Parts: sequence; structure tokens; C-alpha cells
Amino acid sequence: MPTRGSGALDGIACGKETHKCDAGMQDTLLNIEDLKTYFYTFEGVARAVDGVSYRLRDGEALGIVGESGCGKSVSALSTLRLIPDPPGRIVGGRILFNGTNLLELTNRQMRKIRGNHISMIFQEPMTSLNPVLTVGGQIAEAFRLHQGLERREATEKSIDMLRMVNIPSPANRVHQYPHELSGGMRQRVMIAMALACRPEILIADEPTTALDVTIQAQIIDLMLELKEQLGMAIVLITHDLGIIANTVERVIIMYAGKIVEEAPTRSIFRKPLHPYTRGLIRAMLRLGSKIESGRVRLEEIPGVVPSLYDLPPGCRFSTRCPRVMAMCRKEEPELREVDERHFCRCWLTRHGG
Amino acid sequence: MRNLEMGDLLLEVTNLKKYFPIRGGVFNRKVGYVRAVDGVSFYLKRGESFGIVGESGCGKSTAARAILRLIEPTEGSVLFEGGDVLSLTKKGLRSLRRDMQMIFQDPYASLDPRRRIGQIIAEPLNVFNIYSNKAEKQDRISYLLNKVGLQVGDSRRYPHEFSGGQRQRIGIARALAMNPKLIIGDEPVSALDVSIQAQIINLLEDIQEEFGLSYIIIAHDLAVVEHICDRIAVMYLGKIVESAPDVELYTNPRHPYTQALLSAVPIADPDHKRERIHLTGDVPSPVTSLPGCNFYTRCPARMEICAARIPELIDIGGEHCVACHRTSSPT
Amino acid sequence: MPEDIRKGLFFYTFRRNKIAIAGLVMAVVIVCLSILAPWISPYDPIEQDIKSQYLPPSLTHLCGTDGYGRDEFSRILWGGRVSLMVGVGSVLFGMVFGVSMGILGGYKGGKWDVVVSRFNDIFMSFPLVIFGLLILAILGPGLLKIIIAIGVALTPRISRLARASTLSVKELPYIEAARAVGQGDGKIMLIHVLPNIFGELLVMGTMWIATAIIVEASLSFIGLGVRPPTPSWGSMIRSGLDQLTNAPWLSMIPGLAIFLTVFSFNLIADGLRDIADPRLRGA
Repeated sequence: MPTRGSGALDGIACGKETHKCDAGMQDTLLNIEDLKTYFYTFEGVARAVDGVSYRLRDGEALGIVGESGCGKSVSALSTLRLIPDPPGRIVGGRILFNGTNLLELTNRQMRKIRGNHISMIFQEPMTSLNPVLTVGGQIAEAFRLHQGLERREATEKSIDMLRMVNIPSPANRVHQYPHELSGGMRQRVMIAMALACRPEILIADEPTTALDVTIQAQIIDLMLELKEQLGMAIVLITHDLGIIANTVERVIIMYAGKIVEEAPTRSIFRKPLHPYTRGLIRAMLRLGSKIESGRVRLEEIPGVVPSLYDLPPGCRFSTRCPRVMAMCRKEEPELREVDERHFCRCWLTRHGG
Repeated sequence: MRNLEMGDLLLEVTNLKKYFPIRGGVFNRKVGYVRAVDGVSFYLKRGESFGIVGESGCGKSTAARAILRLIEPTEGSVLFEGGDVLSLTKKGLRSLRRDMQMIFQDPYASLDPRRRIGQIIAEPLNVFNIYSNKAEKQDRISYLLNKVGLQVGDSRRYPHEFSGGQRQRIGIARALAMNPKLIIGDEPVSALDVSIQAQIINLLEDIQEEFGLSYIIIAHDLAVVEHICDRIAVMYLGKIVESAPDVELYTNPRHPYTQALLSAVPIADPDHKRERIHLTGDVPSPVTSLPGCNFYTRCPARMEICAARIPELIDIGGEHCVACHRTSSPT
Repeated sequence: MPEDIRKGLFFYTFRRNKIAIAGLVMAVVIVCLSILAPWISPYDPIEQDIKSQYLPPSLTHLCGTDGYGRDEFSRILWGGRVSLMVGVGSVLFGMVFGVSMGILGGYKGGKWDVVVSRFNDIFMSFPLVIFGLLILAILGPGLLKIIIAIGVALTPRISRLARASTLSVKELPYIEAARAVGQGDGKIMLIHVLPNIFGELLVMGTMWIATAIIVEASLSFIGLGVRPPTPSWGSMIRSGLDQLTNAPWLSMIPGLAIFLTVFSFNLIADGLRDIADPRLRGA
């Protein structure tokens, strides 16, 4: 079973889509190489994640941004091997956690990872919590399962966790049921459950989408605080560029199953290279834009995301790209490092353009 | 901000209330009320876009439905072009539906999956028997489809063949079919991806200009409302706490809730350091009715009087109204 | 596509389609045989021939003969007509009234719903066979009366299911959208609610046909079904009972016929339900 800090050197690139080795590799916690997750249905094969590679370092905050169908959630679920099989299946790649390929572990070994070393929180706190168990009981489950604690001790620790996520009067709350708590509180409980065993990685899949704006801010702040406190890495999956801007260090932009751009946060906003990223940034609504420029027409990205069953030949964005060239429709570009730690999958940037 | 004369009021809502009784106990008696909408008043000028923004549970969707009488209001008055909406008979109400239409939030559930989209768009036309001639009706459907960016051939297809954004376009075409004067959009873009949101917002603005529509846009996303609307009202727990023209609300928010709301909206700028106003305490449930201001439990600027007396919505000039003791008191 | 997924999809399709098809084929065969009974039955089912009593199955009498020398096979065919007419007829009757009531009560709510729900509650407390009995006692015997009796007995049960389906559809946004464009309640129930619950009704109706056939057989068995000498599977079982050691085929063959018919309709219902299954329809 992988333990903290036993980072084995995993710099040998295999498969087509990998990053070039960089200096800080020793503390690479999670290394996803050329992950492919497909869904097999009557309508055909949906290539939901089609060759995705990225690295997560110890204590790093990584953002994955994309719209519906881009594969961001599927790649996270693949990491924890939570893809329903059938119809889904991880058909290729490696997921190296501290040097161990998670895809080669047995179910039993995987269960020791989930909730223990790698945890995940989801979008809908109501449906992710069991309505017939108390909140404390669900947090305690993690302790009893992974640390073998007795009920009393587990409850004590649950109260500690509730306190850690800033839920007031935790000793009372621990006996309440999910429906007695507000949406924001339930999300905090989810976070408490996820962090109970001090995982090295927390994957947050759209953790604030279902919450009100004032609560969103609190939850994001809480997650960042805990990240500092516990020294863990976070993967924040969202469609909201606004949340990304002030929370993560690196951003990955996904489109139709592939990574199209990856860069430090500032670079994504200051110097977006991929036409899709640019389109997303320009299409965003900006509060207060009216003051400067009056009512302006928003810049659209025309068309719709292609169906995963029926992807266009060549670059997947070619059907909507404002700067599409003949080559884009024929051949799919590779992910290349264009600038310092800034990767882009586009023929336009091939020559540093 | 467009300059619209006060004299041309399309809609006037006064003291609108909708209470839902809660039944409990062995005999299913009324044990209390959910005060979903608790005295909402506003007006809408012809050609204007009015936004109602607030978080979940504030009553904005209920208010929209009460205005359209999809739900029956408990109290209050709604005047449309001077006529009393709430006292209309079934027949009169039906005829009102030609002028007031709605666009719904969920593009996946607001279209009948068993009907072709041509039939869906034609439904209002059929209700009012506008076209006896089939060819003319088909022409109208094709015209509407084109206007919302879809193709004529699409009218024979079923909703599941379309994406979320396209389905929302179909919903807009349906709302447009009778040439209404007012369209209420209940979270018209919140279920859509960012890149599609932009398309639909642009579409809404285009057709507003072309057809001289007036809008009421309901949203929880301040940025959406600020972009489309000329005037915006902020709701909290069934009441309007502040309303003002768009730029004014953004630059000069007076109510502490509005201020907190604005500060919580994530800004997509990595260098932006912002003072976030943190709200403490829990949102009180719309069941308990507090003697004073609804926002008292979470307000960072609360005073003693706030717990005792409900603040009234007061006009502070320039079409800016605030319901807060801090604004109305001279200090 | 990976091999095991391909196999999985195949078996799923197989199961989905083949079950329904198997049931359909069986049911079609039975229905055809019954419809064509007047032409294909080798003997007149009520013609007696005392000399040929209790003959075992042979080439001249495929299912043997009964106590009156009547050809069992012909009686099975004609009995099938009775079972199917009652089965389908009573369900149609029940659906017409039950679905209307269910949709009305479910959609309009309020007083309508109170009336419908109470009606359902009261009349559902009678077991089907007993209720059928009661109505027959009032109406008197006869094929049409049996159809009505069982139909009336089925109505509250069908109404309850239709009401439940209506309730689940009623809150959907497209219904609200229809109201927002000014559509009247009646039209909404007809063009929006009904088509969307149709699939569930079809599955339910198919299962009730199977049940109705059993109820008819039960009534005939206790002697209150169609009047003799018209053959009915239930009464045939009854009359064969005292000859179980002597001429067991007289009770067993009609029993088998009931079993196969009911089984085939249940298979169709299963298959229909599987077809409507949204799993594996798309990621």
C-alpha cells in the first residue's frame, strides 16, 4: 500500500501524450499518463477521456476547467476507478499514485485508497449524503473503515472534523441528519468526510455549483484554508473560470475529451493561447463591464460541442474555431510546450504564434 | 441605460404575496405558512428589462409564477397595461397569455419529449386558433425557427435530438410565437454552458430589439442580470431589499445584502484582490417570521432597531430604492 | 470494442428483444389459433358423442375427448376465444374508464382527486374474483357481462396506477409551459399527460390482460363464467377434476393453455418494460 512521501521516480514517459520531465518531479504525487476512458452504448463508443495526461505535485492546487461533456469529471472518477463498468471502461493509460499504478490494483486495494489517500467531493451534497444516517455517523464511517476506530473514538474525531470545517456547535450537529442542515453545511460535512483520514489528494468535482454565491465563497475559502493546514493537494474541477482565477496555481482546459491547454493560472488569463480558451474568456460575463463600455454584445463561440460519438476528424475544436485552417480539419495537433510550463494543443502555436 | 418614460408602464406589481400553508398534525391542520413572497412591489416600463436577483429560496421564481398566475397569489395586485390581472376570469386569463409569456430554466424538461418541436412551437398558435390555414401556420413556425437560429427542417425533430442551448432556443421560439409584449425568463441561462450562455443572451437581446419586447429576467447570477437588464431588484427571503438601475446598483449598493452578494461574485482575474464581505449565521427559514428585518441574523451592519422593525422600501432618488434602517436613518 | 462489452451489449439486446419477441410470438400464435377456431377446429366443440367418452389424445382427437365425447382440442380452441376476448375486452374497458379517472384525479387534484381516490380505495378492497362475482350476480351471466364485470373490477386498480403516473408527470416543466401558453386542462391531459404515460400504461395493461384471463378462468372454474355448453378453460378444468386419475388430460391441457397464454403476455410486458429502460441508452 502506497505511503506518504515514498515518491518513486517515474520520469520515464510512455504512451503518446506525456509531459516533458521537469525539475520538481521528485514530489510528483499523481501522474496520469495517457488516460483513456470510453463509454460503450448502443449509440456507439463515446470517447469521453481520450489521452489525457497531467501531473499533480505534493500540496499543489490544480484546476480543471471545461464545459459539459469535456471529460473533466470522468477523468476524476477514473482516477478513483469509480467509472460504472459497463457502460464505461478505462481502456488505456496509467494512473500513478506515488509510483503505484492505480489501474493495476485489486478492488480491495483500491478501497484502501478511496477516502483514505485520495478523496473526492461532489456537486450535489444532498444526494451524496445518506439521508437516513446522521452526519456524524457518516464521517465516523471513514474513521472506522480506514483506521479501525471504535465508535466512541470515531464520534469524537467526527466532532473534531466538524469543528475543522467551521460548523458551529459541532457536538450538537454530529447527531443531526442531512436534511436538517443547509446546502452549505452539507457541503462542509462532505468535506469533513473527505478529509477525515487526511488524504494526500482531494478531488473536488464542481463543489460549489449547486450552492448560492455567498456560500460558494465560504466553501472555496474553507477548502483553501484546509489545504494549507493539512498540506494536501487539491484538484478543483469546475466550469467557472471565475472560481479558478483566485484559487489554483495551475489550470488545465479540457475540450471534448482532450486537454487543449495547460498553464499557470496567470498565464491562462493573461496569455491564453488556445482559441477555445480565448473564446471562453471572452464569452464570460463580467460584472461591471457596462460601466466601462455600455451594453456590449457578448462574444460567442458559435456552434455546439461535437457529440462524443461522432467526433470531427482532425482537431476537435475545428468545427467552431474562428481561426481554423485546412490542416486543423485533417490532423489533430499534439499537446506541446509553447512557453514556460505553458502547453497548448493547436496548430497555430506550433511555431510559437 | 436606455431612457424610458415613466408614463409608459407595462406592468405594475403591488404588495404581491404568496404564502404556502404548511399542514401538520393528525388532522392536517395549518400549522404555519411558508412566506415565499412577502410583499413584493415593482414596476416595469414598456421595452425595459427588469431583473430580479437573489439566492435560492428568496421567492423570485414564485413571484414570477404568481404574476403570470401559474400560481395563485395570496394577496396583492398585478396591473398589466392598466388591467387587473388577478381578477381576470379563466377566459380573460387565457387571452392574457397572448401578451405575457415565459421561458423556463431547464431546457431538458421544459419541452414535451413526445412532441415534435414544430408542434411544441405551434401550441400557442393552436390554443388561440390563429391560423386556420396549415401552410400559413407552417410558415410562421419556420419564421420563428429561423429567428432563434435553428433550421426550418428542425420542426420535424424531437427535443432529445437537440443540445441544451438549442432546446432553450426552441423555448424562446415558443414564447415568441404569439408576439407577446412581456417575456419572463426564469433563470433562462443558468443550466447552460458558459459559451452557450453568451449565445442565448445575445439572442435574447437581439429579439428584444427587433420585436420591442419587455423582459423580466429572474436569475441567481448577478452578472447575467446586470448584463441584460436596465433595472435590477435584489430579493431576500420573499422581500425586495434593494432595487436600482444597473450601473447604480453595481457602483452604489446600499443594502448590506447587496454588498455581500456583489463581493461574493468570483472575478475572473487572478490579480484581483478583493475584500470579501463574509456573512455569518444561517439563512433563516421562510417559515419563521421575524419581527424585524429578515436579514438581521446575518447582517454585518445590524443595529438594534433592525430586530424590532421591518424596514420599508424607500426611494432614495434616481429610481433607487432600499429597505434598510441604515439608509433611512439620518446617521 | 472490448470483447466482454460486446458480449454484454449483445446479451442485453438479446434479452431485451428476444424476450418480448418470444412472448409476442407465443401470444400471436395463441390469438391466431383462437380467432381461426371456427375454421380450424376439427369438430364442433359442443357436439356430443357419448360413444367416444374419455378417449385419450390420439391422431383423431389431438387432445382426447371429455365426458360427453366432445373433442377437447376444438374446445381448447374455442375456449381460447373466450379467454382472450374476456382478457383483452375487460382490460380495454378498465383502461378507458380507469385511465380517464386516474388522469383526471391526478392532474386536477382537489375535489376531483378526492372522489377518484376514495372510489379507488373502496373498490380496490374487493379481491378481483369476488368483485367480479358480485357484478355478475347483479348483471347475470353471459360473455359480455363477464367482460364488463371484470372490467369494472379492474378499473380502480388501473385508475390508481394511472393516477400515480400522472402525478409524476404533472410537476414537470413542460406541463407548466403548456399552461403558460394558455393551454386548457383538458387539452393538456390529452396531448401532454396521456402520451407521456402511455408506455407505462401499455406495460401495465399487458400484465392486467394476463390477470384478467386468470380471473375469467377462476370464475368459470367455480361455475359462474360463460354458460355451458360454451367451452371455457376454467370450466374445462373443473369438469375434468373428477377424472384426474382416469383422464388427466382433461384438466391438465386447459391448465397448460392458461399457463402458456398468461406467460406469453407477461413476457411481452417484461420485454416492453426492458425496451423502455434508459440504461445503456447513452453515457
